[in-house]
Amino acid sequence: MIDHQLIDTYAREISDEKQTSVITGSAASTEKRYSILHQDYEDPNALRKLAGAIKDHTLHHLDRYLEQAESSLKRNGVQVHFADSGDEAKETVLKILQEREITRLTKSKSMASEEIHLNPYLTENGIECLESDLGEFIIQLDDDVPSHIVRPIIHKNRREIARTFQREGIAADYNDDPETITRRARVFLREKYMQAQAVITGGNFISAESGRIVLVTNEGNSRFGMAPSRVHIALVGIEKIVPTDRDLGVFLNLLGRSATGQQLTVYTEFISGPKDDSQPSGPEEMHVVLMNNGRSDVLESNCREILRCIRCSACQNVCPVYRQASGHAYRATYGGPVGAVLSPLLFGDQFPDLADLPKASSLCGACNEVCPVDIPIPDLLLRLRNKAKQEHIPQPGDVPMSPFATLATSPSLWRTAMTMSKAMNHLPIEVAPVKPLQEWLGQRTLPEWHGGDFRKWLKDRKK
Amino acid sequence: MTSRDRIFSKVRSALEGVKDKAAYPDYDPAVLNSAPRLAGTLTEAFTRNLTAAGGNRIGSPAELAGFLQQAGLTRGYCDPALMDAIGNTLASHGLTVETVYDRSRYEDYQFGITRASGAIAETGSLILDDALTSDRLAALSPWVHVAALREDEIHRSVPDAIAALGPSRNVLWATGPSKTADVEGILIEGVHGPGEQVAIFI
Ligand code: SF4
Repeated sequence: MIDHQLIDTYAREISDEKQTSVITGSAASTEKRYSILHQDYEDPNALRKLAGAIKDHTLHHLDRYLEQAESSLKRNGVQVHFADSGDEAKETVLKILQEREITRLTKSKSMASEEIHLNPYLTENGIECLESDLGEFIIQLDDDVPSHIVRPIIHKNRREIARTFQREGIAADYNDDPETITRRARVFLREKYMQAQAVITGGNFISAESGRIVLVTNEGNSRFGMAPSRVHIALVGIEKIVPTDRDLGVFLNLLGRSATGQQLTVYTEFISGPKDDSQPSGPEEMHVVLMNNGRSDVLESNCREILRCIRCSACQNVCPVYRQASGHAYRATYGGPVGAVLSPLLFGDQFPDLADLPKASSLCGACNEVCPVDIPIPDLLLRLRNKAKQEHIPQPGDVPMSPFATLATSPSLWRTAMTMSKAMNHLPIEVAPVKPLQEWLGQRTLPEWHGGDFRKWLKDRKK
Repeated sequence: MTSRDRIFSKVRSALEGVKDKAAYPDYDPAVLNSAPRLAGTLTEAFTRNLTAAGGNRIGSPAELAGFLQQAGLTRGYCDPALMDAIGNTLASHGLTVETVYDRSRYEDYQFGITRASGAIAETGSLILDDALTSDRLAALSPWVHVAALREDEIHRSVPDAIAALGPSRNVLWATGPSKTADVEGILIEGVHGPGEQVAIFI
């Protein structure tokens, strides 16, 4: 038996400061999401169901839509590349850059690139790749990893950031005023944008019908990164396709509201190819790398619904476990409920290492209720727990169940045990010399035993 | 086998296991419309939603000149096609207006005036279409971006604006100024793009 839930341990060891940042941040986002959806729509649930159904349909016909997206992209003058694995994706990006002798670029936030650790790879190959989203920029300076999908530095406070800026020479002195921090990053990053030869972005959606790629940011960093660059490379997971332009409206309306409580994200950019000839600023060349990296395995599994995810972070914000433990506790790119499902599946050969994640949930159901594409996350977590069992992967908290099974299948034994167990209230159980029990109790306190009362009540009532 | 073939064959074999393939859910895009956001005339709704997103509607070029002067912003760029409608008035109020955006001097432009191809009433968004935007950077690097459009170019809703995307290679919807809440969730405007998003009718 594994001694403990790794997430529980992380949650206990996290500093108060960090935990407060995460709890306050995620609670505020949950609140904003709720109020905007209910102010704007009589029945926000109907929209979530619709969005989920569109995604389901697309995923069930992904071969067809992928083919359609490919030909639409090509028609738009985009160079399309396929990458089956993360390594292939990295090599493809590097090749595009090397062939054009590009050594400086900016990157706007992309979970797909986080997933394959693109940045360190490019750095190793002598290419300067600067993160331009403010949060990601700070993560990069600190050599840290994001702990939230939308707000990568939700775990940091202003003092830490101010110290980083001073240490890294972004600013000459210490100043922890959030506005000053932002202005300093503004000045530093625009110089980098202007020098960059290329920009790497993700892609929130691709319309198969038109080949439009939709990119959303609040800061305007992908737009700024693109404007002076010659080459634009978009790294996009194959599950990001939607059938038509009309469908983009459904997802855009839900994404901003679910992520940050905005009716739309500030900069919503529809890109169908390199810039117009008449336009002085913008890439002359556009590449789209369509990446599989385990997605087809997820599609094959009984958890394929998770591929509907539009990375809004609402499930992270609302999750009591995420709030206590923070995203880093999930030990993979995607934290929180979405990560508990996606990470063990996506990082297939690591399944045993991450198989504990699906247990880090009380199955309260809040994640499903907020999900803009109606993913039944609690069901998927149960399916993954089952998978772990079937594959005989030892699970934290696995208490030998056979004594319980004997008890539970014999009514007379059960009766006796129920009444006798009341005696436990008077036993110093915390010091009982049973190792598994001790480990289990190390993270929990037991309520007082009330077993047997129901049977007694029922019997009395029948009289 | 190429990567492309490998992906397609994996996807196809994964889909063989999907018994009940979901049909496309047909729907009326009107289900997306937010009634409270659409209340009033198009201009009223646009102005209200733009303001709610942190943007600003300014009534006339003279008013714009006052707004810029008050903010201490005296030098900027104007799309040559908008000089008659806006730029000349600003110049007559003593502002320096350039009609060439020279990116090597990007910090010199405190405001940038470009043509928007439309707006969305429901969200307060301004629509910048590559074909009409004289320079993407001129709409992005200055502290104030002024988007000029005709009042009859306002689309009603998000689905309407999507239906009107057209053949352009690049269309941007800007909904308010550039924003972040990365530092402790505190809202700061003007991260990489404009700290002030202004709309003006021509
Ligand atoms: S699983 Fe749903 S709620 Fe969570 S990030 Fe994805 S889309 Fe958002």
